[in-house]
Amino acid sequence: MMDAAPEILFNASGINKSFPAVQALSEVDFDLKTGQVHALLGENGAGKSTLTRIIAGIEKPDSGRMSLAGHSYIPKNRTDAESLGIRMVMQELNLIADLTVAENIFIEKLPARFGIIDYNRLNRSAKELMDKVGLVDLDPSTPVKLLGVGQQQMVEIAAGLSRQCRILALDEPTASLTDSEIELLFAQIAKLKTAGVGIIYISHRIEEVARIADRITILRDGRLIATQPANQLSISDIIRLMIGRDLEYDRLRHPVKTGEPALRVAGLTSGSKVKNVTFEVRRGEILGVAGLMGSGRTETMRTLFGADLADCGKIYLGASDKPAKIRKPSDAVRNRMAFLTENRKEQGLLLTQPVRCNISLTKLSDISRLGWINISQEKRLAVKYIDALSIRCSSADQTVDQLSGGNQQKVVIAKWLFSDPDILIFDEPTRGIDVGAKFEIYRMLAELAEKGKAVIMVSSDLKELMSLCDRIMVMSAGRLAATFSRNKWSEEKIMSAAFSEYVAASKKGVNTKNDK
Amino acid sequence: MTNKKMSAIGTYLTDYFGMAVALALLLIIFGLSARNFFTLTTFRTIANQVPDITIVAVGMTFVLIIAGIDLSVGSVMALSGAVLGIALVEFNLPLPFAIAACIATGALCGLTNAFVIIRWKLPSFIVTLGMLEIARGAAYLVTQSRTIYIGGPIEVITDTSVLGLSLPFIIAVLIVAAGQAVLSRTVFGRYMIAIGTNEEAVRLSGIDPRPVKLSVFVLCSLLTSFAAVIQTARMSSANPNTGYGLELQAIAAVVIGGTSLMGGRGSVISSFFGVLIIAVLGTGLAQIGAQESTKRLITGCVIIAAVIVDQYRSRLRKPRV
Repeated sequence: MMDAAPEILFNASGINKSFPAVQALSEVDFDLKTGQVHALLGENGAGKSTLTRIIAGIEKPDSGRMSLAGHSYIPKNRTDAESLGIRMVMQELNLIADLTVAENIFIEKLPARFGIIDYNRLNRSAKELMDKVGLVDLDPSTPVKLLGVGQQQMVEIAAGLSRQCRILALDEPTASLTDSEIELLFAQIAKLKTAGVGIIYISHRIEEVARIADRITILRDGRLIATQPANQLSISDIIRLMIGRDLEYDRLRHPVKTGEPALRVAGLTSGSKVKNVTFEVRRGEILGVAGLMGSGRTETMRTLFGADLADCGKIYLGASDKPAKIRKPSDAVRNRMAFLTENRKEQGLLLTQPVRCNISLTKLSDISRLGWINISQEKRLAVKYIDALSIRCSSADQTVDQLSGGNQQKVVIAKWLFSDPDILIFDEPTRGIDVGAKFEIYRMLAELAEKGKAVIMVSSDLKELMSLCDRIMVMSAGRLAATFSRNKWSEEKIMSAAFSEYVAASKKGVNTKNDK
Repeated sequence: MTNKKMSAIGTYLTDYFGMAVALALLLIIFGLSARNFFTLTTFRTIANQVPDITIVAVGMTFVLIIAGIDLSVGSVMALSGAVLGIALVEFNLPLPFAIAACIATGALCGLTNAFVIIRWKLPSFIVTLGMLEIARGAAYLVTQSRTIYIGGPIEVITDTSVLGLSLPFIIAVLIVAAGQAVLSRTVFGRYMIAIGTNEEAVRLSGIDPRPVKLSVFVLCSLLTSFAAVIQTARMSSANPNTGYGLELQAIAAVVIGGTSLMGGRGSVISSFFGVLIIAVLGTGLAQIGAQESTKRLITGCVIIAAVIVDQYRSRLRKPRV
């Protein structure tokens, strides 16, 4: 910014786009300068992804003009846009599960001689790129399907970086990355900037955007609300512009007296990801679960819920001294547990089915007699939850795949509330969800605790854990590394606990004691 | 409220409207091109042909909805028909007992399919392909590869008629109605659709998908052996070669009806329309003197066209947001 003003690399003006039933963009202007990060912010459904997809040639605008480096730019399709150096790393993973990491990265241009792939060269070049994005420990010949979501996202980003480009659009690149992976990504972005690449950056994480963006454009309901240099917008400005009203950022929780234990877990072990985990949750309490990705947080919850088999360990419910038998999810649900999975589309929702069928699924017995479903009762019930959680949908009969991420997540929550559980496990409940919906979900969790439910919340977002939870347990390499209660934690303490087992492992055999 | 209700009925009708129009078009075309198409004989022929395949198609619809497939129905029909024949002719069992033995045979085949599929988490395609061979082999074994003539004792089934409609046809229509009701109104039906849409989500919602899947495969074979009773009655005999290619005919009918091979979507009534379309096509073409070769060429094109049309329809129904 100290230099002469960077030149305009890309310009779009008066972009309109409508889909059946919604006007996704109306009269939106957008420009991008060389070597700058231009962030797009807005709630889900605000039009960020649509705008980016139009720029990347995936969608066609209904009207409006675009120009690239001064020339008129009308991409016929994605390939056409890519040949002009405009690339997009999408929110939904775009990898081929059965191919290796290296094959995925170079899928468009596999190094080959006489049609036979040169695997040595392929894996070598892939390794170079992977090192850059921090996939240091990963073998390029690993099939992608064996990786976790976060690692897959890094591969996707590496693939995006592998190709020469003038404009790189990143749609929610950090949604499932750990802090250290995010740092590596930012370092890469900085390098691309110096090379003169223009970067379009979409994210819900405002702090992150404030850090790396040069300029910020805010969209709401398909309209351009503001485009300003990043250093002229505070975080609360951004939130206000995005949702069009003010939000209190202060404590969400009214302190509640926590009651008797709702769940005690002793020595839970499963495979290599869950090692001898012991903890308890009380009624009225929100227990946070922190840890790096791959630290066994999700696996612990899955084992607890019976989704994965436990090798050993005991689970006690309520005040009972007799361990509960939980060997499959239906056992857990019968014991009034609920589990909102980290991956709502793959594991939580019946995407092509109506909202009402998704909500009623957990307890069809409540709205049926002799196996016969009372459809009108089901609709009333669905409407009740749609109103209570303010789920934005056209009717209870709308299919969930047409809803935005935040509203989809609310449908999953409604489904579990309907089963009337005592213990609720939420795994990354706010991933990929806009700020407005995020706060609504926080409020729901707080309310559940106030009603005396026991809530467990797994999250990669420390800030949200620290503002919502009564206690935070930290997992590291499959073990419970530490548990902190409110007022006794700090970001540093939690992070060092999260790394503790990895450090211990590298010192070989030195066993760190859990500081409970 | 009335507006909403009207549009609900509207979408309900449009689901079947396309199928009804296609069927009506076929009837008109054949009515114009064949001299004696609109006669009682034609419709009696069709009504005689369709009951067994209709009943199989109901079971197949369920299997496809849970994202499975059952290739063994043709052989299971032959085997359970053979058991029926043997029970009547060699053991002289009374008809109800013979039918019970026939249906038990079907149930056993379905149970085997389901157990292997669920226990070892195998694709139903492979397992039922195995059963296709096994049941066929067993049918040859029990009949010693001969056709068993039954005659009188079994013909009561086809000879009974109510209001001019044959008993098998009435049974088939009732099974279609019941099947549609089960699918769209019961907990079991809802679970089927849910499993076909996303089995893992169903499991993680605390519903064990295994009993549902087991029931669906058993039900499919059970219905097939029920169809075998009707088929055997129509032929007055049990032939171990019967039902060759039945699985593909049934799948074709179900797919023409718009049921997705990917699971999660389907309708029993539409499958019935699919059966009728294929039957009318076959009968009509025969009447205008088309040869077997032409019949098959055209039937093939109809199957593919139906799926293409269905894809456009579902794309229209689902706007991108």
